[in-house]
Amino acid sequence: MSLSEFWDFLVLGVVLGSLYAVIAIGYTLVYGVLQLLNFAHSEVFMFGGYGGLLALTAVIPEETPSGMGSVAYVAIGMLSGAALGGAVAFGLERVAYRPLRRRNAPRLVFLITAIGASFFLYNLAGKLFGRNPAPIPEMYDNGTALSVFGAELTVTQVLILVSAVVMMVGLDYVVNRTKMGSGIRAVAQDPEVASLMGVDIDKVVSRTFVLGGLLGGAAGFLFGTNSQVVYTMGFLPGITAFAAAVLGGIGNVRGAMLGGLVLGVVETMTVALWGDDWRYVGAFVVLVLVLMVRPTGILGERLGRTA
Amino acid sequence: MSMKTSAPAKTSEGVPAALSAAARLRKVHWYQEPRWRRLGALLALAVTLTLMTGKEGTTRDLFFALREDLTGFALWIWVGVAVVVWAVREFLADRAGGAVGRGKEAAPGPFASVRGVWESNASVRVGVLVALLALAVFGPLGLERYWQQVLVDQIAIYVLLAIGLNVVIGWAGLLDLGFIAFFAIGAYSAAYWTGALPVQPPVVLNNFLVLPVAVLTCLVAGVILGAPTLRLRGDYLAIVTLGFHEIVYLMAKNADGVTEGVRGVKVERFSVDLGFFSYEWKLDPMPYYWLLIGFIVLAIFLFLRLEHSKVGRAWTAIREDEVAAAATGVNTVRYKLMAFAIGASTSGVAGVAYASKVGYFNPENFAILLSVLVLAYVIFGGMGSVPGVLVGTAFLVWLPEGLREWVDPKDRYMYLGALLVIMMIYRPQGVWPSRRRKRELRMAEAGIGGADATGPAEGRQQ
Repeated sequence: MSLSEFWDFLVLGVVLGSLYAVIAIGYTLVYGVLQLLNFAHSEVFMFGGYGGLLALTAVIPEETPSGMGSVAYVAIGMLSGAALGGAVAFGLERVAYRPLRRRNAPRLVFLITAIGASFFLYNLAGKLFGRNPAPIPEMYDNGTALSVFGAELTVTQVLILVSAVVMMVGLDYVVNRTKMGSGIRAVAQDPEVASLMGVDIDKVVSRTFVLGGLLGGAAGFLFGTNSQVVYTMGFLPGITAFAAAVLGGIGNVRGAMLGGLVLGVVETMTVALWGDDWRYVGAFVVLVLVLMVRPTGILGERLGRTA
Repeated sequence: MSMKTSAPAKTSEGVPAALSAAARLRKVHWYQEPRWRRLGALLALAVTLTLMTGKEGTTRDLFFALREDLTGFALWIWVGVAVVVWAVREFLADRAGGAVGRGKEAAPGPFASVRGVWESNASVRVGVLVALLALAVFGPLGLERYWQQVLVDQIAIYVLLAIGLNVVIGWAGLLDLGFIAFFAIGAYSAAYWTGALPVQPPVVLNNFLVLPVAVLTCLVAGVILGAPTLRLRGDYLAIVTLGFHEIVYLMAKNADGVTEGVRGVKVERFSVDLGFFSYEWKLDPMPYYWLLIGFIVLAIFLFLRLEHSKVGRAWTAIREDEVAAAATGVNTVRYKLMAFAIGASTSGVAGVAYASKVGYFNPENFAILLSVLVLAYVIFGGMGSVPGVLVGTAFLVWLPEGLREWVDPKDRYMYLGALLVIMMIYRPQGVWPSRRRKRELRMAEAGIGGADATGPAEGRQQ
């Protein structure tokens, strides 16, 4: 691999990794407040893809829009993706997790519930929207947008990168600088004391799910613009993003971002070196190796515990 | 993430914390009352059920199913049912509830007397077990061929797998999400040693002789995976085992030169040739079934012996509180490795049996979803309890096949998922829990300790 090829793949990896990072945040937020592996988050991501797809199918004109039109359609797709993702995450918490939380159920029970919910949701999506992959309608002319020291990026890739960065910065702000964020961190640190201090735990948990769902849904839409939307699309990115969250130190938001980027780059490099068949092997090998050296992930764990 | 000391003051932004509790006393809107919330929940359920049982969507017209379902007649039936259920519950609940309450008092646990006889009389115990075993052995003779195949290919194999996984998760409390990887290793060992793979073994073995070899291979694989990772906490172990499975799966799929890749492998079936006695297992599923019953009974017998031995007690200690176990002198890493290796080797046996039964398999038979499913079977049945695992696995493996006649085959796993969620909400201990496990759950509910090694107790080190 020559240096310029390496650079190309590195940039591609960062694009993919930023998407993983956004999904991983959803896992890590929920883990932070509930110590729960939310397996069903991959389905939230998938529904986000469908949200964008459905909204755009309903409103987009025949010919490919351009200029401000494109921007408007991208915004519509992303917002409706995020909205559906948030709604699914909210419903999931309400229906599946809240009753368990009330009875202080062990985490294995949460895990099986999450698995069951995941099966339910992706098969429901398959039933409602058909089981074939559907492309998201063209919102713009997907040519080369800019080149970064020789690596050429398409409009879609720039879109992914920019929106991912915006979302991550926004989330970091929300978690660290707002009242809601301190609620989340308080619950992550010690739910009992937090509730004694007047934090409404139910509300915080619900909002955490919605926050993760919004990001996951938007990421699902972005993923869909890059490839296609299909009812099984959540599984593998979900697992990789979950691995990213663990790699960075689960419960740690900045760790999830870092882990996502690392795994994105590793995955792209694996594909470049050994071919597409081995795509997911590299990511997991790196995960195992890192965990052997640092058992709590690169940046260490816990949302509220890292002060 | 920086957590400044001033953060708590910021939380309330100048408003005293007491006010936010006082805020709860503010006026409750009519729609926030429990009664109307319940109606809302039931209506949401009605819509969900309409969508679940409604039209099959198509990719060409994405809104087709939604449009048809939400304007159709079925929606009104479901909504009607929901409203009636709600009305009966809200307005006639006193009478109905009273009747249920009295019924409960009248019969203090319907199984109490049965359990008394069961526990006091050893000959009854043996008699019932023998009768059940006889039923399990000869009952399936009356089934149709199709169900016999399901029974062998899926139910018996998965029961064996679930019994193995039960050791890992039910007894030692290790969250293993990659269990099917060992199943794959067992199946590919069978293929390798019977000479079915492109790479030839030093000696070609009979399928039965492969069994111990496969057990050994899986044991080693279990230790290799376990040794570096068992120091990790529950959740990390889960993702690492998941990753291990994915790696094994992708190797099976992509290393064409060694494993035939996606083309799949043809394996010879079981056969015995001892000179004076020879027998070949052919297409009829029943002989395989009896063989598998043999494996299952043997595994159950061995594991039950283990459960109440020193090893089993060490596992329980580790599951309930690993730190305390280590402090009292239990060599936790050794016992965890042991559980891992024993589980893995059971899985290896299942792999050899599977390969030698179906005669042809490909990597898709070891997809990652199956690892997740087999874990669900164990928890559904009641982890840690052998009868529970038997019943739960048999039921859940049968369910998708049984549903074939009732619903669109493509939707079967949707119902399975819904069942898992409902089951975990209303009966988290599983169908037939072990008594110890039930107590652990009850204590966790009361806030004493975590119910398993991956339980909340650990996430909250003080």
